[in-house]
Amino acid sequence: MTDDPATILTAYKPDLTKARISKRYAAEKRFRMYGLSAIGVAVLVLAILLITIAGTGYSAFQQTHIAIDVNFDKESIDPQGTNDPGVLAEANYRGIARQSIRHAFPEVTGRRDQRNLFRLFSGEIDFQVRNMVLDDPSIIGTTQRVWLKAAADIDMLTKGFIDRSLPEGDRRVNDQSLTWYDKLDRDDRVKKRFNTTFFTTADSREPEQAGILGAVVGSALTLLVTLVLVFPIGVAAAVYLEEFAPHNKWTDIIEVNINNLAAVPSIVFGLLGLAVFLNFFGLPRSAPLVGGMVLGLMTLPTIIIAGRSALKAVPPSIREAALGIGASRMQTVTHHVLPLAMPGMLTGTIIGMAQALGETAPLLMIGMVAFIVDVPGGITDAATVLPVQIFLWADAPERAFVERTSAAIMVLLAFLIAMNLAAILLRKKFERRW
Amino acid sequence: MMRKSFVLAAAAVTVAFAGAAEARDQIRIVGSSTVFPFSTAVAEAFGKSTKFKTPVVESTGSGGGMKLFCAGIGVNHPDITNASRRIKKSEFEKCTKAGIGITEVKVGFDGIVLGSSKKSRPMSLTKAQIFLALAHKVPQNGKLIDNPYKNWSDIDKNLPKTKIEVLGPPPTSGTRDAFVELAMEGGCKALPAAKALGLKKKKCHAIREDGAFIEAGENDNLIVQKLEANPAAVGIFGFSFLDQNSDKIQGARVDGVQPTFDNIASGKYAVSRSLFFYVKQQHVGTIPGIKEYVNEFTSEKAWGPDGYLVDKGLIPLPDADRKKIMTSARGLQALSM
Repeated sequence: MTDDPATILTAYKPDLTKARISKRYAAEKRFRMYGLSAIGVAVLVLAILLITIAGTGYSAFQQTHIAIDVNFDKESIDPQGTNDPGVLAEANYRGIARQSIRHAFPEVTGRRDQRNLFRLFSGEIDFQVRNMVLDDPSIIGTTQRVWLKAAADIDMLTKGFIDRSLPEGDRRVNDQSLTWYDKLDRDDRVKKRFNTTFFTTADSREPEQAGILGAVVGSALTLLVTLVLVFPIGVAAAVYLEEFAPHNKWTDIIEVNINNLAAVPSIVFGLLGLAVFLNFFGLPRSAPLVGGMVLGLMTLPTIIIAGRSALKAVPPSIREAALGIGASRMQTVTHHVLPLAMPGMLTGTIIGMAQALGETAPLLMIGMVAFIVDVPGGITDAATVLPVQIFLWADAPERAFVERTSAAIMVLLAFLIAMNLAAILLRKKFERRW
Repeated sequence: MMRKSFVLAAAAVTVAFAGAAEARDQIRIVGSSTVFPFSTAVAEAFGKSTKFKTPVVESTGSGGGMKLFCAGIGVNHPDITNASRRIKKSEFEKCTKAGIGITEVKVGFDGIVLGSSKKSRPMSLTKAQIFLALAHKVPQNGKLIDNPYKNWSDIDKNLPKTKIEVLGPPPTSGTRDAFVELAMEGGCKALPAAKALGLKKKKCHAIREDGAFIEAGENDNLIVQKLEANPAAVGIFGFSFLDQNSDKIQGARVDGVQPTFDNIASGKYAVSRSLFFYVKQQHVGTIPGIKEYVNEFTSEKAWGPDGYLVDKGLIPLPDADRKKIMTSARGLQALSM
């Protein structure tokens, strides 16, 4: 029998042989390698994503312009010489721009040919010329070399997205236009300049006139509504549940429901918004007010959960000390606990906001997936948001919208990175450890 | 202090609520994603050339647009809906029940193209071949069986010896509706064997689900990109995407006809459909600019053969039709069914 204590002890003795130890080291090494390769894969995928987006998007920040000597003819702009802005604004700038273009190509005479010639330029050049005159009426009567905006197809040609070796019928730019373009290029009259339009206008059906300002303002207004709505409610709910609420069945049910709501797909909140805010309360469609309320409902659970964990992180000794020297429970919370928990709550709020910024699904239901040319001026104006703008451009047939889609993604990513960075900095600066 | 600003914010929100229910000075358009590019182009030109605000155009799909449009009269309901098919009888009745008078405007045609990468050999298909390649059940030896065709050459020896791989829109899309109606149903009709087995009308619409037909989402651009990456695949999408990507994509001939602008406009290319928009008559005069918007859409500089909508890929109606529809649209003639 092996009942004597000596054998039992030897059975439990660790195996300290060299082979066993090196095996354990090898296992640990492998384990580390798995972790490292997991991180490697994640970083690689992220890098591929960012490089593709930046690679297709960077060219949208430039726009081709063509130099034309524009004759700001006094006779056709302001024959009386009144310099009255009303008169200046009403002049026929389309005619002036076209006359000047014709002048640069005297050999183009047929009506159809001239039409094709004008197609080299954006439809916006009338406004470009008009704004020059309105900004500085002293140029009337002179001839100036103006960099007029080129049409989207010509822009694509300059950026090398149009293959000249293809047969004419398969290209967006025909041979005639190519000849004109090459002539302009030889004369050094084609140049890529910074695309200010992209940052100063809202959506347009013409790629060269489309910008993201409308979507950025729409996103800002929507997030403002979300923040105003969600921050006070979220903080109040978190404080009550954490500091005042009794622990019973009801608070348990509420807690479970908040945690569940945080995991509900966002489209459900959109349907709720459609049913309640639009159909029942009759609020306007496509408005940042409704968008903000829907996104607010969506982020509320996140903010309550983050707020509660921030409150939990404040040590009980602080509360006990405050209560011990005679503070009321409300004073304890407002004077001591809340200020200490605030950085954590703000971090949670910013992350919730960043989540709301990237959301499209709930907005689909309340009509914010729309073509809107005017930059919204308030929370009841029709507006769209950045991710929706990206979605709409990704669906547009024009080639020039491909690069604009990627450029808009870059802008959205920049905002998201800035918000997350703010959250990290806030935490670093104000967080206290005990 | 804090409490006071809360009260103020609450008051501000209440005021905003109340203000929102008031009149609207901006046209609201909903409806088909196929008409969306044209409708938005008109909206933009209209906003630029008139004193009215630029209309808001939402892309909700034809069916979704009709639902919103027929929901009622008043500022909370859209003024115009776009559709890539004609209004259905049931939808018309729903509208009439809500007291809505409708003016129908047919704006042009859209061709549905079976395209493939320029790198592959150009294809020429008949509607019957399209049906055989994509139908859920096909007739063979007097029986209906699950679609057995794996390669195009299994259907006809003259077709390429590549796998049948077709990227198309999902059932929610108007393009899909039109495709099954025109190409699949047309193919059905051309096959006497199918007719003998009772395959007609709606029964021809079922598309195979064994992986040969891939639902590629509503985004036609995505289909075009996938075709470039995979030269063996065929995609189904609207003509404007072929027009914009003619350097990379080619359209297959259907019944011997190339999908070109002229062939679709003349009606020779059979897989094409009409595009519409519908105006709510009760809103004309209440919401400013509706009449002017209709005028802009039906002007020669927009929908004519040299108009800006043609640049966007719209295929214009014949001259006589345009004139007729222009007068009926501008006179806001009521639709009756």
